[in-house]
Amino acid sequence: MAVAFDEMNGLGEDLRPAYQELSRWLKETPPDALEYRRQEAELLFRRIGITFAVYGDSEAQERLIPFDVIPRIMSATEWTLLEKGLKQRVLALNMFLKDIYHGRDILRANIIPEDLIFQNPVFRPEMNGQDVPHDIYVHIAGIDIIRTDPDNFIVLEDNARTPSGVSYMLENREIMMRLFPDLFSRHRVAPVERYPDELLSALRSVAPHNASAEPTVALMTPGVYNSAYYEHSFLADKLGIELVEGRDLIVKNDEVFMRTTEGLKRVDVIYRRVDDDFLDPLTFRPDSALGVPGLMSAYAAGNITLANAVGTGIADDKAIYSYMPDIVKFYLSEEPILKNVQTWRCREPQDLSYVLDNLADLVVKEVHGSGGYGMLIGPAATKATIEAFRDKLKREPEGFIAQPTLALSTCPTCTDKGLAPRHVDLRPFVLTGSSHTTIVPGGLTRVALKEGSLVVNSSQGGGTKDTWILSE
Amino acid sequence: MLSRTAENLFWLARYVERAEYLARTIDATLRVTALPAAYVGKTNEWDSALLTAGVGAAFYDHYEEANERNVIEYLSFSDENPASIKNCIEAARLNSRSVRTALTSEMWDTINSAWIELQAVWNKGPANREELAKFLRFVQETSLRFDGSAYRTMLRNDAYWFSRLGVHLERADNTARILDVKYHMLLPEEEHVGGPLDYYQWTSILRSVSATTAYHWVYRETLKPWLIADLLILNDTLPRSLASCYSNLVRNLDQIGVAYGRQGASQRHARGIRNRLEHSHMDDIFQHGVHEFIQEFIADNSRLGEIITKQYLI
Repeated sequence: MAVAFDEMNGLGEDLRPAYQELSRWLKETPPDALEYRRQEAELLFRRIGITFAVYGDSEAQERLIPFDVIPRIMSATEWTLLEKGLKQRVLALNMFLKDIYHGRDILRANIIPEDLIFQNPVFRPEMNGQDVPHDIYVHIAGIDIIRTDPDNFIVLEDNARTPSGVSYMLENREIMMRLFPDLFSRHRVAPVERYPDELLSALRSVAPHNASAEPTVALMTPGVYNSAYYEHSFLADKLGIELVEGRDLIVKNDEVFMRTTEGLKRVDVIYRRVDDDFLDPLTFRPDSALGVPGLMSAYAAGNITLANAVGTGIADDKAIYSYMPDIVKFYLSEEPILKNVQTWRCREPQDLSYVLDNLADLVVKEVHGSGGYGMLIGPAATKATIEAFRDKLKREPEGFIAQPTLALSTCPTCTDKGLAPRHVDLRPFVLTGSSHTTIVPGGLTRVALKEGSLVVNSSQGGGTKDTWILSE
Repeated sequence: MLSRTAENLFWLARYVERAEYLARTIDATLRVTALPAAYVGKTNEWDSALLTAGVGAAFYDHYEEANERNVIEYLSFSDENPASIKNCIEAARLNSRSVRTALTSEMWDTINSAWIELQAVWNKGPANREELAKFLRFVQETSLRFDGSAYRTMLRNDAYWFSRLGVHLERADNTARILDVKYHMLLPEEEHVGGPLDYYQWTSILRSVSATTAYHWVYRETLKPWLIADLLILNDTLPRSLASCYSNLVRNLDQIGVAYGRQGASQRHARGIRNRLEHSHMDDIFQHGVHEFIQEFIADNSRLGEIITKQYLI
């Protein structure tokens, strides 16, 4: 693969302006001082208890996501463009969801094949004709962004269900400020700390019409065994709201209450970090003990707002993803600012045959997969793996999409052999409330720590970096 | 606050308190068994340690003999014993994780660090006596830090009060259990008193509730069984006495009642027990039978736990 675009050094040795001060600082700082700070950071993370669970790995039930102390930096100009593109994309996602669950203009215009919606397991017929406050479905979006050159931001994935990682954005900054105050004093880094306030006001703004003037918001978690539990408790704490589990909630007369030491208390907005399937055993999976019986009927009655709304999976589905540029154009009559990765839909025979012929060069993903599980990275796979995948693909082509292997941009990262470029992506968090859309400048930069690896997922050995957006 | 949060805080405090109590029991038993038989008699102190920990019966499902090695293992590190020190710390951390939002960072840090140390240092158990002593100190220090950070950093609201309820309810239970197992040694009339045998046994009781020095300050006397009983049952100035635990339980429950604008069965029940302790004299207690008195107290105390649960925690 050709040399990837480097966030610090561009395509050659031309130091990019945003990194000038960092580069100078790195030259002044002895390598062992950096290593010492790295160890200090790890100690801090472990003591705070910022861990995540890896499914199917009993040895390491609670692991730290490795943290790299070299920040990823973006100029104000770059951010302004990205921000505009993100707002456009999330607006289109919300309009698309409203349309899919109401008039379905986009289907009648033959832009998206009907069966891709109606036969999709993440499509929720319960949401047909159901109104949600201010027509907002995706209150919190995490859009995964990559770049391959200095000029374009490319969306790798939209996360419109229960995106996670924002606690790392906040904690990484806290720790960086503790460990490198001198480095901060030499930059003007836009702060991220108002994220919890922005989130709370967005959530309050979408309370049901019959809620009190001071609506009660709660964060719903599947519980301590969930891989993102730390984040759930962290956010509830920062927002100053109750962290509830299904068993803490009860539905009476289509209203939702939480059980408190002073009796039942009505809840108006639930920031739920529980998947659709587990929300309400009466509507979805009857075997689930995580949910609240009757929650969906309270939702239908308009007495509770769920954030994100039920059924948003249909917008971030990997098969729908390939239509996003058309979706943006259809609803906004604008050219999409953020590009898509070229995507072959294996459900279409022509695309499938191309994919089968070029498996060794492509990345193939499950349409409903996430977290980097169950994907094939052609260039890194053995012949046997590719052949096994080929059979899977032939058996169920509609379950997969394929994309070219992109040379994700790299960023200098601490490794055993000193600083070296490692591939990165970026997940900014887009908040949509009744009156406006906000993006706290920055996001979660994920880094693939293994040399040459393109997989940044924390479950697959990825790490994180602090993300700095410089002020003008 | 959420009922589940209150419940977690309550149990978190109980687990930490219990872990400390177990550590003290082991420590006290080690000291007694280190003495020559002439000083302590032929009773099996390890058996009685099991009884004071309330796990006498379950122990024999897993072991043949109540000797030092087995009992220390069972009380400290056994996975089979749901109330072993290790499991108490594990349970405390699990509870803390569930209520991170209600804990101060200092409290979380105490429990999380203890849990990390348990995994990293004590995973295989202590290799020798010296290590065991270190381990027991570690457990006691964890409890002290936990209590201290709760006292110094928590807001004085229901979260704090529910946590204190857990401490005092558990503490009362522990003190009562020690008395229940050793009560016969406190009986003044039944057998010859004042021999070296009793002396070390009494010291051991006091040690397990960390009251050896306190005794001397309070009574300025050599060890006398009825004074020991008086100290542990009725003396409000000793933090681990039943009377002191109940002053605290009543106060904390009243604070909750005031904050919520409502009193209930918990407040009434706790006040009932407190009043009984306040109006009791050691003479009467001895006359009616220490054993009966303690048995009744243990049942009453555990009933308070149930009533609190019903009123607030579910």
